[in-house]
Amino acid sequence: MGLTKQSTGAGVRKDLCIPVAEYRTEKVIALAGNPNTGKSTVFNSLTGMNQHTGNWPGKTVTNALGRYQYGNDKYLLVDLPGTYSLLANSVEEEVARDFICFGQPDVTVVVADATCLQRNLNLVLQILEITDRVVVCVNLMDEARRKKIRIDLDQLQRELGVPVVGTNARKGEGLNALKGAIAQMAAGWQSHPRQVNYPQEIETLIESLSLELTGLALNSRWLALRLAAGETSIFDSLGKYQGLDISGDFLGRASRELCRETQGSTRDQIVTSIVSDAEEIYKKTVRLENDKHNALDRKIDRVLTSKIFGFPIMLGLLGLVFWLTIEGANYPSQLLAALLFGFEDWLAGLAFWTYCPPWLSGMLVTGMYRTLAWVVSVMLPPMAIFFPLFTLLEDLGYLPRVAFNLDHYFKKACAHGKQALTMCMGFGCNAAGVIACRIIDSPRERLIATITNNFVPCNGRFPILIVMASAFLAAGAGPFQSGAAVLAVMGVIVIGIGVTLAVSKILSKTILYGLPSSFTLEMPPYRKPQVGRVIVRSVFDRTLFVLARAAAVAAPAGIVIWLMANITIADASLLAHGARILEPLGRLMGLDGFILMGFLLGLPANEIVIPVILMSYMASGSMQELESLEALRQLLAANGWTWLTAVNVMLFTLMHFPCATTLWTIRKETQSLKWTLVSFLVPTAAGMIICAAVTAAARLLGLVPM
Amino acid sequence: MNSQVMPLNLLPLGKPGVVRELRADASCRRRLLDLGLVTGTPVEAVLRSPAGDPMAFEIRGALIALRNAEAGQIFVALL
Repeated sequence: MGLTKQSTGAGVRKDLCIPVAEYRTEKVIALAGNPNTGKSTVFNSLTGMNQHTGNWPGKTVTNALGRYQYGNDKYLLVDLPGTYSLLANSVEEEVARDFICFGQPDVTVVVADATCLQRNLNLVLQILEITDRVVVCVNLMDEARRKKIRIDLDQLQRELGVPVVGTNARKGEGLNALKGAIAQMAAGWQSHPRQVNYPQEIETLIESLSLELTGLALNSRWLALRLAAGETSIFDSLGKYQGLDISGDFLGRASRELCRETQGSTRDQIVTSIVSDAEEIYKKTVRLENDKHNALDRKIDRVLTSKIFGFPIMLGLLGLVFWLTIEGANYPSQLLAALLFGFEDWLAGLAFWTYCPPWLSGMLVTGMYRTLAWVVSVMLPPMAIFFPLFTLLEDLGYLPRVAFNLDHYFKKACAHGKQALTMCMGFGCNAAGVIACRIIDSPRERLIATITNNFVPCNGRFPILIVMASAFLAAGAGPFQSGAAVLAVMGVIVIGIGVTLAVSKILSKTILYGLPSSFTLEMPPYRKPQVGRVIVRSVFDRTLFVLARAAAVAAPAGIVIWLMANITIADASLLAHGARILEPLGRLMGLDGFILMGFLLGLPANEIVIPVILMSYMASGSMQELESLEALRQLLAANGWTWLTAVNVMLFTLMHFPCATTLWTIRKETQSLKWTLVSFLVPTAAGMIICAAVTAAARLLGLVPM
Repeated sequence: MNSQVMPLNLLPLGKPGVVRELRADASCRRRLLDLGLVTGTPVEAVLRSPAGDPMAFEIRGALIALRNAEAGQIFVALL
């Protein structure tokens, strides 16, 4: 491929930031593979990076980049999305295929799952049709051994005609051999890639087609196959990456005609040939010493998805996670608060002795530092417990079972079963949940999942729920306080799931009208989680990441809020003015103006909602330190809070506009201002309606004073 | 061979079958083919979700969940 303006920009592929071959100082290695084969683990082990991994299909949704050195050479590793094939049925497949075709990788590594080699070989064979610069990495060899699946790697290498390396990436086994094989292949190892045997009529067809397709910088036989199968998207990509427009000339017509005539049958024959080839190789190289190797998995599956135990176990596990989080975070939170607020006194002293002007020390110490201290002490302990527990469930492979159990209800809502997975991601962070929506192929269902993702309370909102539940609803439950708090939080989550389904259904019947698309979900084998790794990974990847983000927002927000609380115009602070305007709306929703101000100012990050509310209630115009939940409860009660206020705050926490980061992510993912706006309005409207309804009902029933 | 042919979602749990015909169209068909569900593929119904739909099938060594709408378009012969 020459250096053309379209293909290179300024010598760099703009979308991927990979230099074209002529400009490279490092070898570019593409990492392809089926979803959930441990591809991300291979990536992390090779590069020492911390790509998030989990035992469910579809984790890698963007091309992650990482680097490593081997011998004297530098390598740039590109983690492609996991795909079952490269036949371009979805965005991921197109991304993966286009990188292998046009990204000019020096070597493409195909990661295959040793416990499911037959299916994985389909992709290997398809990639061998595009390029001969391939190394096959058979991962999860330990799982295969445990299940007594014997794989003859030497035989496999002979069959495929490219290097085959067995690895166990989680323990780092086989990685040096893999790096060695990659280096050899990059240096020009002579490969003899296996060609799929197609029926004679297809061979004849592609032979005649490939004559017309020479000189396009891509393997003409492979291009002819795509044309014969009616996959025209590769030709769009040729236009996009190489500036070749073939839509108008002979080829375009040929493809359209062929498409009409042969659609279906030729394609079926091509896929069938690949699948039977894969089966043949599999039979020659793999021996099952135990037919019943999946027996234990199946037994567990039958319990986890059973009519009787399926849902109770699901709710029980969720409850257990929350109970451990709330109960476990209690003491460390207090300790951390004591420590951080103690440091504040010291800071205030320092400000006094250095003759720091009061407005400055007020802004920095009582504004910024105190907000920061609150966010850290309230958020860090629950996150440090919640994330590892959640990651543990993820690692085990439980989440796809949740999706399996819940799919029926998503289908009824005309939504996609994988929405359950994106919701699970949302528990961590809604922005991550929105990105995860890419695993849903149908654009309509992806939008539904995106818009409704916010109905799952993310990690920034959990503290609000937990504080409300523990301080207000569960107060007086005595020794059962954390149990009662868990029930309250669980109740909110169940409501969130219900609202998700209801809103999905409403969207499907109105602005996103349509029927559910096809649904296939792979349920991976259970894997023994590596507890140590899980803890380290979830603390560093998730907890600290989310905390850092929250802190980065909280610090400047603390200053802004302090200013708003302390700048007075006509004998009231800016905060009070805002609250006064919002008061009628707040009353209608069973809240008050200050609470709504809190949510509005919490747009950058929900973590600061409570600090703003508290700061507003303080005469001093800055957040007070609150030694205990009881002190917090008393302060709120003094400002007119009842149990209804706490319930409405919890409901509105669950259902209001997404935070700024999530909105920005939605904008990026949907490429549409309109859908970003819808994602803003839908949860907000839902929250306002539900809060108002609950309040009206409670007042009418006389449960609270009018 | 004149064994009984039925839609995949009616295959009793634990009974092995073999794919005879795929009646799904376009995108759904592609997805099923990608999973290796070509004519002649052995399948076994393994799990039924609490609501009965979807079900999970063992296909070429992997456990795959399919909704009845899709499984109903795959015709299998009971072995």
